[in-house]
Amino acid sequence: MWRFIGFRVLQSIPVLLVVITVTFFLVRMAPGGPFSSEKAVIPEVKAALEAQYRLNLPMFEQYTAYLGDLAQGDLGPSFKYPGRSVNELIAAGFPVTAELGFYALLVAITIGGIAGVVASLRPNSAQDYIPMSVAMIGICVPSLLMGPILILIFGIYLEWLPVSGWGDMPGDKILPAITLGSTYAAYIARLGRAGMLEVMSQDYIRTARAKGLPEWQVVTRHALRGGMIPVVAFLGPAFAGLLSGSFVVETIFQIPGLGRIYVQAAFNRDYTVILGATVFLATLIVVFNLLSDILAAWMNPRLRSQYGGH
Amino acid sequence: MRSSASRFLLPVIAVLSLLACGGGESNVAQGNREGILHVGNGTEPQGLDPHVVTGIPESNIVRALFEGLAVKNPYTLESEPGVAQSWDISEDGLTITFHLNPEAKWSNGDLMTAQDYVWSWQRALNPAMGNQYAYMLYPVKNAEAFATGKLDDFAEVGVKALDKHTLQVKLNARTPYFIQLMDHHSAYAVHRPTIEKFGKSTDRFTRWTRAENIVGNGAFRLKEWLLNRRIVVEKSDTYWDRDKVKLNGIEFHPVENISSEERMFRVGQLHYSYSIPLDKIPVYRAMEDSPYVSAPYLGTYFYLLNTNKPPLDDVRVRQALSLAIDRKLLNDSVLHGTNVPAYSITPPGTLGYQPPIVFDYDVTRARQLLAEAGYPDGTGWPGLELIYNTSESHLKIAVALQQMWKDALNIDVTLANQEWKVYLDSVDQMNFQMARRGWIGDYVDPNNFLDLFLCNGGNNNTGFCDPVYDDMILQQAPQAKSREERYAIFKAAETRLMEQMPIIPIYTYTSNHLVHPSVRGKPSNLMDYVNYKYLSLDSDWQAEQ
Repeated sequence: MWRFIGFRVLQSIPVLLVVITVTFFLVRMAPGGPFSSEKAVIPEVKAALEAQYRLNLPMFEQYTAYLGDLAQGDLGPSFKYPGRSVNELIAAGFPVTAELGFYALLVAITIGGIAGVVASLRPNSAQDYIPMSVAMIGICVPSLLMGPILILIFGIYLEWLPVSGWGDMPGDKILPAITLGSTYAAYIARLGRAGMLEVMSQDYIRTARAKGLPEWQVVTRHALRGGMIPVVAFLGPAFAGLLSGSFVVETIFQIPGLGRIYVQAAFNRDYTVILGATVFLATLIVVFNLLSDILAAWMNPRLRSQYGGH
Repeated sequence: MRSSASRFLLPVIAVLSLLACGGGESNVAQGNREGILHVGNGTEPQGLDPHVVTGIPESNIVRALFEGLAVKNPYTLESEPGVAQSWDISEDGLTITFHLNPEAKWSNGDLMTAQDYVWSWQRALNPAMGNQYAYMLYPVKNAEAFATGKLDDFAEVGVKALDKHTLQVKLNARTPYFIQLMDHHSAYAVHRPTIEKFGKSTDRFTRWTRAENIVGNGAFRLKEWLLNRRIVVEKSDTYWDRDKVKLNGIEFHPVENISSEERMFRVGQLHYSYSIPLDKIPVYRAMEDSPYVSAPYLGTYFYLLNTNKPPLDDVRVRQALSLAIDRKLLNDSVLHGTNVPAYSITPPGTLGYQPPIVFDYDVTRARQLLAEAGYPDGTGWPGLELIYNTSESHLKIAVALQQMWKDALNIDVTLANQEWKVYLDSVDQMNFQMARRGWIGDYVDPNNFLDLFLCNGGNNNTGFCDPVYDDMILQQAPQAKSREERYAIFKAAETRLMEQMPIIPIYTYTSNHLVHPSVRGKPSNLMDYVNYKYLSLDSDWQAEQ
């Protein structure tokens, strides 16, 4: 097991380095710079701005300087928001996005897990088709549409929930969590159903039934652990996806998360913020993939033995 | 799994049960009672340093935290006393003496002095500062030379503290709008000890503007600044005119998404909105006692024509394109009648100035001009590309004009949308044939629009260059003895400009807001300018009428 983890950690270092390097040069190749604006910027002003942010140095020197700062955990100053460091922007936005992602994942697992298991118990019956069709809607309706619809119903017509905000009013976290979670609920339902169906046809399930266990015990005690492996494998990337993909939901609901900062940075050509957020998210994605691999290995003995020992 | 499922469900149920008491009081109802104004303010401000910021959301906040030598009356836009209680203008118009209000204080209690302005203007103009609005102070003698690094000694710049409360400013030329510029954040004074405590005076990225550090001189002081969430200011007890300030505080909400903002307004989270989605305008306009408020705005929407590139190097083609546009139809259909058709670059009524109308919608004449240019009924037309920054409304307008040109002149115009920064780059490099453009005035004066098209104007971007035009704007207009004479020169210059047609004016902007009926003292004006001192909230206004 340790060899497996060690191997995967080592693997991730070149991955991150490639991400940093590619992002660093790609953002600088994009037309327009951080200081271009609708009103012409006089050359003297532009030069002064570039000097304040080291943009006057040769590209390679900028790159090595950036790597040097990065090694010390310093992601540099934001270009768009003078007075704010990238570390500060991430520190302000990430906890919010993570919290939103966590709630969304809860919603997704609850709805998706239940739907998937229920559907798998009686395949190709109404009990299968109805939850799966509902799950399909979750995939098909983008949050861009789902959010405003939920707001209209629960926020404006029924006046049950706030239409925006995060932690300012009671209940303002519910609609964003549902909006963001619903897409993933659908995936989880489908993965869960497929995993469960496969497991339920295995010999050891037949053995469990032969022992005379009630069906619900067969499902909860024996089938779930194996049946949920595809779901668990999906959770790592899903959480990473929730973190980096919450921009739309954050915008609709006025949530001060990292997604908004990240996407705005790309529009603003805020080089340091784009890079910093990319490095940060890439690291997280690597970590989550690693965690979900470890979890999957723990749940599936065959995978474990592949890397020898435990 | 059953037990773990219920472990997941429990918090969800717990939170849902909170909803019963979730209704609560709206921001507006609570704000009316406590005198707190809730403002939709577009984007998160890039900062709050008056010498760094450039945008409208920023200036809305900065104007609450700082005050210029003079401010504007929101009803008339005429200047009135700010930090300066009065000012004298010399006979030749070249020397202005400001008399500072001895009561004017910084928010930490320090007295404001004329020396504060000398130091602050040096900072604002310092090339190392990278202040994109430094040019607002260019009417001051030698300011431009200092700001562009041609002059190192700030003592030669025309600003001097005669004594503690007297500031003397020398100008390059008579500048009738100079007092107005004092209300722009680039001309504000900043608190030297605070800035120097957190870094070099010209550093853009220090922490001096944070809520715990900032010292200002405005009617309000910064209480809380939560990134992408809200900025809260409270009434300042050191402000010289504090007795006139009726609000106890303002909350600025950075709402980027205008649809979200409209929903927030609808449920009473905002007193007034930054903007309004175009599609919602007809709905709001049809309402009784509508909160929708629209007023002419000091800005023009137009297309830049690259006069260096064929076929637009031919003035007849430029004129044909402009004459073939039915601006009234465009405004009534695509724009829901929200704007005003424009036939010139300067918005009508810019402090009494009426721009010339050199042309009108005239398809016959447009066809004739195109034929004279060598493309009768569109034959031999080499094609033309219009670029615009990606946006639904720019697209709609472009498609409508594309069709008008096809119908009237039988010519094809292709559309190309570009992402904002790519588009800025294309415009700056003049890497286009025709490009969408908007210009919002920094101050109310025709000069602010007409000097765009000077030969070396940084925002000219058309290749248009007419020495006679330059002479009128730079030499003749400043020498004018009266407003009438000056406006006559501007009118003649603008006539020349529109005959050459390096731009196609399309419409004059309007400001569009949703304003809650409890808001008082926020008149519409050409600059969409709010003076928070005049603003109040009707505490008797009932939320559930």
